Amino acid sequence: MPDRSDIRLRAAQLRADFENAGALVVDPPLLQPAGLLLDLYGEDIRARAYVTSDGLRGEQMLRPDFTVPVVQMHMRDGAEPARYTYAGEVFRRQEQDPDRANEYIQVGYEIFDRDNSAAADAEVFALMANSVAGLGLRAATGDIGILMAAVQGLNTTARRKAALMRHIWRPRRFRALLDRFAHRVPVPQSRQALLSTEGVPTDTGVEIGKRSRAEIDERIAALREDAAAPPIAENELLALETLMAVRETVPYALEQMRDIAVDLPSISTALDRLEARSAALAARGVDVQYLDFEVSYGRTSMEYYDGFVFGFYAETRPDLPPIASGGRYDALTRQLGQGTEIPAVGAVLRPDLMLILEKASS
Amino acid sequence: MSLKLGVPSKGRLMEKTFSWFEKRGVTLSRTGSDREYAGQVDGVDGVELVLLSAGEIPRELAAGRIHLGVTGTDLVYEKLPRWEQQVQQIEAMGFGQADLILAVPKSWIDVDTLDDLDAVAAAFRARHGHRLRIATKYHRLVREFLTDGGVADYQLVDSQGATEGTVKNETAEMVADITSTGETLRANHLKILSAGPVLKSQATLWRSRTAAMSAEDKLVLKQMLALLHGEA
Repeated sequence: MPDRSDIRLRAAQLRADFENAGALVVDPPLLQPAGLLLDLYGEDIRARAYVTSDGLRGEQMLRPDFTVPVVQMHMRDGAEPARYTYAGEVFRRQEQDPDRANEYIQVGYEIFDRDNSAAADAEVFALMANSVAGLGLRAATGDIGILMAAVQGLNTTARRKAALMRHIWRPRRFRALLDRFAHRVPVPQSRQALLSTEGVPTDTGVEIGKRSRAEIDERIAALREDAAAPPIAENELLALETLMAVRETVPYALEQMRDIAVDLPSISTALDRLEARSAALAARGVDVQYLDFEVSYGRTSMEYYDGFVFGFYAETRPDLPPIASGGRYDALTRQLGQGTEIPAVGAVLRPDLMLILEKASS
Repeated sequence: MSLKLGVPSKGRLMEKTFSWFEKRGVTLSRTGSDREYAGQVDGVDGVELVLLSAGEIPRELAAGRIHLGVTGTDLVYEKLPRWEQQVQQIEAMGFGQADLILAVPKSWIDVDTLDDLDAVAAAFRARHGHRLRIATKYHRLVREFLTDGGVADYQLVDSQGATEGTVKNETAEMVADITSTGETLRANHLKILSAGPVLKSQATLWRSRTAAMSAEDKLVLKQMLALLHGEA
């Protein structure tokens, strides 16, 4: 492990670089109200963040990242457009892997800009690429927006699309839903029994709890409606599956996806965005011809990202988490903005990991 | 130094533990008054009896303050992350069987699978403005189970007792609890989801991987295990 003071020094240098790139330095508090994070991430965050509490403010979390407090701060009183940078500790509870750090320093760069998303994406990516240049890292990129557009465009009920959208970040549940909506798996017996009874079921015993009879009836009606709806068509399903498996360099990925768009025309706008981003990246000196692109990249670990996503990995050290990672999170600003929203993209760097890699190569 | 054996300090779990050891030639007994938590061990020398709450035994094993301990698999899995590194299972004892299950009101006739639960959690949150609450004391096990099953929009609320009553009192919408017969659940108008159980538990004898042992202790442990395995 590199020395703490060396890590701090490197973090300060990187933050100064980002300041020079035009960002305003921000320093959000270590303790964050737990309610907000729980609202965003659900119960899973408890397994990943340290929770503490006092009698006055209730549950607080040691910040698991900077993005949420920075977005909040910007939505409260930020000027537009804005660029922010920060450096400081984040805390991640570890229950499975003792080799993973539970406290480390992140240096970040975030852009809030309405006008040119492609340029902002490219700016963040290029800044990170320059910061880790010389470490021999592999860049992985993706775009959650493509899969989201594909789901939105499916020829099926709004309810099914909403269910799929809700589980974009849980690939296994997504898969299970897709199989059910395509009638590829048998209907569970309990549901068959429920739906085979005519009319509104009676004699369901004592009603207890906050979930009312009306809610139960509503869901049964929804299930009946779903059972009557036709399955998602085979050609759409195949196209969606082919799309999820796309893993190529950017130009080839684009070519493949343009073919897929014949069956899933709803992804065309998202593909135009990818093309514009690639042009912006190339303009910043990124070699897009050899840049990897994966449609499913970022689906398991990056919950609030909903567009461009990327990470820089040390291929010689597969045990290490990404040295830098980031992406676009427009929807998060909508959730935290209480009625307002602004397109946003950002990324973080791990100075501790950079020092480890530098030491190994020297 | 002596080899420390931790067993539950009261109730049927204590009695059944005592008779399980008795059958294998080791007599455990409480000494002093009924209220005093002191005990003795006959049938093997060099073993000290430590009476503890079953819920504290996993922690004591992990900390190495006792060498052997009797407690449920549920408590070890819940309280000790990466339990394999801290304790070793010696013997499933064949009693104290109970399942950690998920239960919802019987009137929820539309809910049986995790798929149903997830859909209902989403609708419930949209309607009531808060996530579906699950009362439990097994936070880690339940969270891992639900994450694995892809259930979202729920929230765990802590309940250390009378968990089945939380739904009627509207402090939770459903429960995750240990049950052996399901009697209490039925009495409280709850039904068990077909997905699961989250865990099947029974009373188990564990060995601490962290407790320091003298050469003498090691010998005692060997004798003790031979007795328990019927090899003496």
